[in-house]
Amino acid sequence: MKYLYLVWSNLKRKKVRTILTLLSIMVAFLLFGYLAAIKQGFSQGIEVAGADRLIVRHKISIIQLLPEAYESRIEQIEGIEDAVHQTWFGGVYQKPANFFAQMPVKPEEFLEMYPEYLLSDEQKQAWLSTRSGAIAGRGIADRFGWKVGDRIPINATIWQREGGEMTWEFDLVGIYDGAEKGTDTSQFLFRYDFFDESRQNGKGLIGWYSVRISDPDQAAEVALKIDQEFANSPAETKAEPEGAFVQGFANQIGNIGFIMMSIVAAVFFTILLVAGNTMAYAVRERTNELAVLKAIGFTDRGVLGLVLGESFLLTFLGGGIGLGLAWMLVSMGDPTNGALPVFFFPTRALIIGIVLIGLMALAAGILPALQAQRLQIADALRR
Amino acid sequence: MTEGDGLLVRLENVDKIFKRGSEEIHVLGGLDLSIPEGEFLALMGPSGSGKSTLLNLIGGLDRPSQGTIDVGGDRIDKLSSRRLASWRARHVGLVFQFYNLMPVLTAQKNVELPLLLTHLSRNQRRKQAAIALDIVGLSHRTGHYPRTLSGGEQQRVGIARAIVTDPTLLLCDEPTGDLDRKSGDEILDLLQALNREQGKTIVMVTHDIHAAARASRTLYLNKGRLTTEAVE
Repeated sequence: MKYLYLVWSNLKRKKVRTILTLLSIMVAFLLFGYLAAIKQGFSQGIEVAGADRLIVRHKISIIQLLPEAYESRIEQIEGIEDAVHQTWFGGVYQKPANFFAQMPVKPEEFLEMYPEYLLSDEQKQAWLSTRSGAIAGRGIADRFGWKVGDRIPINATIWQREGGEMTWEFDLVGIYDGAEKGTDTSQFLFRYDFFDESRQNGKGLIGWYSVRISDPDQAAEVALKIDQEFANSPAETKAEPEGAFVQGFANQIGNIGFIMMSIVAAVFFTILLVAGNTMAYAVRERTNELAVLKAIGFTDRGVLGLVLGESFLLTFLGGGIGLGLAWMLVSMGDPTNGALPVFFFPTRALIIGIVLIGLMALAAGILPALQAQRLQIADALRR
Repeated sequence: MTEGDGLLVRLENVDKIFKRGSEEIHVLGGLDLSIPEGEFLALMGPSGSGKSTLLNLIGGLDRPSQGTIDVGGDRIDKLSSRRLASWRARHVGLVFQFYNLMPVLTAQKNVELPLLLTHLSRNQRRKQAAIALDIVGLSHRTGHYPRTLSGGEQQRVGIARAIVTDPTLLLCDEPTGDLDRKSGDEILDLLQALNREQGKTIVMVTHDIHAAARASRTLYLNKGRLTTEAVE
């Protein structure tokens, strides 16, 4: 610690250069942190997907509907414990920008299938006893300031009510929380029986099935059995693990992870050159001073440590501020107004960020530090 | 630190050869030198005669191509790089022509620099640096940065830095070379006082005959050889 003052003083020598380098490192890590949260938002569904759950959809596309009657046939297949269905409602709240997932489900079966959605017994009972009842995730309820007892009008974009009415009104009877940080709390769920009776078209048709299997290791075999069960029918199926389904959904807009990592890698490479250049200049300008330090008794390794110390201090300051700012911005919430229902700064990204800061500090400082270490006192003092 | 014969520094048959590409430059050849403890020795000679090289060898800043260098009983030509650095920190104070202070540190912090290599606490370092600055008459300038000090004052800080660890040997390379006559005389007064009152052994390289006159002995270096008489 007694050398910190010396290291810090050297960084203050060229204030403008130090500040600019600090800012560039800060921006790089701010970008890294923010993109990590976005990537997490896209991949969270995959990570929290149950290993023991399959998704069964229409073979052609998820837009095509399946008969509700498939449920009992699916449940009879060996290796399957339970099946529930969901349907994409696709409505908006008040204005098109307020877009989020709404789905009609069978309350009891759905909550059994998804135990990560935490709803109090009291609210569960209220949902079961209210035909127009709906529950909302904590995230979406907070976003719109909803509370239990509110009447929520949703304007349908797909499903008309009988008589052609596009507005559906639901009574909010519960707000669920997520069992994990990454659980999606942006969903709006209402009763399927109410939906099926009230819709003008498509009665008896649903979007897809969630299926719980008894042995996750048998997922591929069970999926094959499901698809074989409905082969050559008017509505053939495609069954796949929930994680693969979510991944496929996310991939519809490209390989987000690859795009993000490509951007971050390009930025980091550029910043590495900037930081390395700063350190190289810092050492070249101070050849004489470094020689004096050696002359008064600093060892070669000691001088190497001082130069590396500068690199680490500069990078950790810039990177730390960048990660801190990223955390603050991410904490302010989803910037897309709902496209990223799960949006937080993952701990894993923080750890990777800290490791990257260390690697960048080492990469930027090691060559100048070795140069300083190898400096011959008599030669350097003559310069 | 001295051996029984009272000698602090003993160089025997020292050669120093610099290589520049395939060319070899013989700077010092078969040089012998003995310096008793407590002596104030001036080294004079024309530019390129090897004065600074000799000073660097005595101070362990460079290594001889051949020969032995014994300082206070330590064969410094045999020490590893790490042990030589540690030896310099304990036994040698260096004063440079252009002061070589750290521009980003105050006078106090510049003087404290060699103490960072000791086990002294922060307070002890501060106290010891204050004493050294007091000895050189700069106790009122401790918080000043080098750029705000005159050349003479900067050299005083340089001397304070050199004596703060209480080294046995002070090596001064043209300590008055960048100063006007008045400031130069003040620095020489200070070096003389350190030699006489504190018993510091001083080796001073200089071009200035007036500066050399302050020393107790003057040796001349010419073409890598030491003589007691100046060679024209």
